[in-house]
Amino acid sequence: MKFIDEYRDGEKAKPIIDEIHRLADRPLRLMEVCGTHTVSIARYGLRQVLPEMIDLVSGPGCPVCVTSNGDLDRAVSMARIPGAIVATFGDMMRVPGSDSTLARERAAGRDVRVVYSPLDGLKMAEENPERKTIFLGVGFETTAPTVGATVLEAQNRGLKNFFVLSAHKTVPGALRALLNLGEIKLDGFILPGHVSAIIGSRPYEFLAEEFGMACVISGFEPLDILQSVLMLARQVKNQKPRVEIQYKRGVHPVGNPRALEVMVQVFEPVDVEWRGLGRIAGTGLALRRELSGFDACRAFDLDLPPAKEARGCRCGDVLRGLIRPAECTLFAGVCTPRNPVGPCMVSFEGSCAAAHKYGS
Amino acid sequence: MQKISMCVAIPAKIKSIEGTIAEVEVGGITRQVSVQLTPEARKDDYVLVHAGFAIHILDEQEALETMKLFEELGALD
Repeated sequence: MKFIDEYRDGEKAKPIIDEIHRLADRPLRLMEVCGTHTVSIARYGLRQVLPEMIDLVSGPGCPVCVTSNGDLDRAVSMARIPGAIVATFGDMMRVPGSDSTLARERAAGRDVRVVYSPLDGLKMAEENPERKTIFLGVGFETTAPTVGATVLEAQNRGLKNFFVLSAHKTVPGALRALLNLGEIKLDGFILPGHVSAIIGSRPYEFLAEEFGMACVISGFEPLDILQSVLMLARQVKNQKPRVEIQYKRGVHPVGNPRALEVMVQVFEPVDVEWRGLGRIAGTGLALRRELSGFDACRAFDLDLPPAKEARGCRCGDVLRGLIRPAECTLFAGVCTPRNPVGPCMVSFEGSCAAAHKYGS
Repeated sequence: MQKISMCVAIPAKIKSIEGTIAEVEVGGITRQVSVQLTPEARKDDYVLVHAGFAIHILDEQEALETMKLFEELGALD
């Protein structure tokens, strides 16, 4: 496939790897923020070809993984509303909340449907005018504009039976919170390519300016990631931390202005709970008051018991880069992709699932 | 079940556009996506598709530049 295959060429990888080896003269710890990077790094065995001194750790960049149990419980309770249709992306299905999953709710006869696009949810609402369709909005800035555009479309079509449960989150504020915790010493970030396709490079500048972090916005193919590591190693060596874009074919420095406009039109920032990071000011996206007719939280006032956490699950520590998946005592024994305890083992993008599938 | 990773976006070529809906081709498969978030997208553009929407028009010139960088590193060996 064009724009993919040419970035998987092993021949081209060798000189990049050689150059990284030549440059690496000190320990370097880099965090890949995005779950898709985590999967690529594991799948192509990139850790194995890098110098031992370069340590790649996964961060809080898998949207399903950072969704709190409280939000998952809310999603499950939406499925229990009589007559409701819950539409969701596939990787939410098996994520355990306090005591159930959407998959289990479906098995118990609730109408939970996996969709590829929020527009599919809109279609369901149109096709089932007597029922209420609730779309579970989970995802970062990559996804929020698609859900935003769908809400605007629902408004245009005058739909009264389409609702969004917004658990969307924004990335830069979470990285600030992570660094402020001061638990992990990092030299730089491999920043998410498709979040940045929307927000551009500017929102990350504080990482370099205030925290001295080397930053490269990276594509997802193995050559992209290797080149990003090389660019980061150079920044550290030259002691010139800044935000560079490796993924220039996919990211414009200003992002996607139309998508940003839709996000502002539909959502407003709110404080939100992240698994592992706690409550972070202004990193959630709630539907604006003007669009409250589409807001599932307002339409269905559900009284939920306090969320419970799974005993022994260390997804929170994995998401903060404090431990590798295999260091969790549940990993691969009690917690497996077939029978996951925590979200990092469920999601295809989760660090634990990637480590289980490809070895860590 | 489809494995949809949440931040994955796939490069796809636009075959035609009608209103806000484009017909795109991904690896030989044709599907419809919304171009509401990329109003400047045109036929034959490659776009990144995520959750049924084109979210970015791929920059072919930049893609070539990146390739050239890889090749220059190779030439140093």
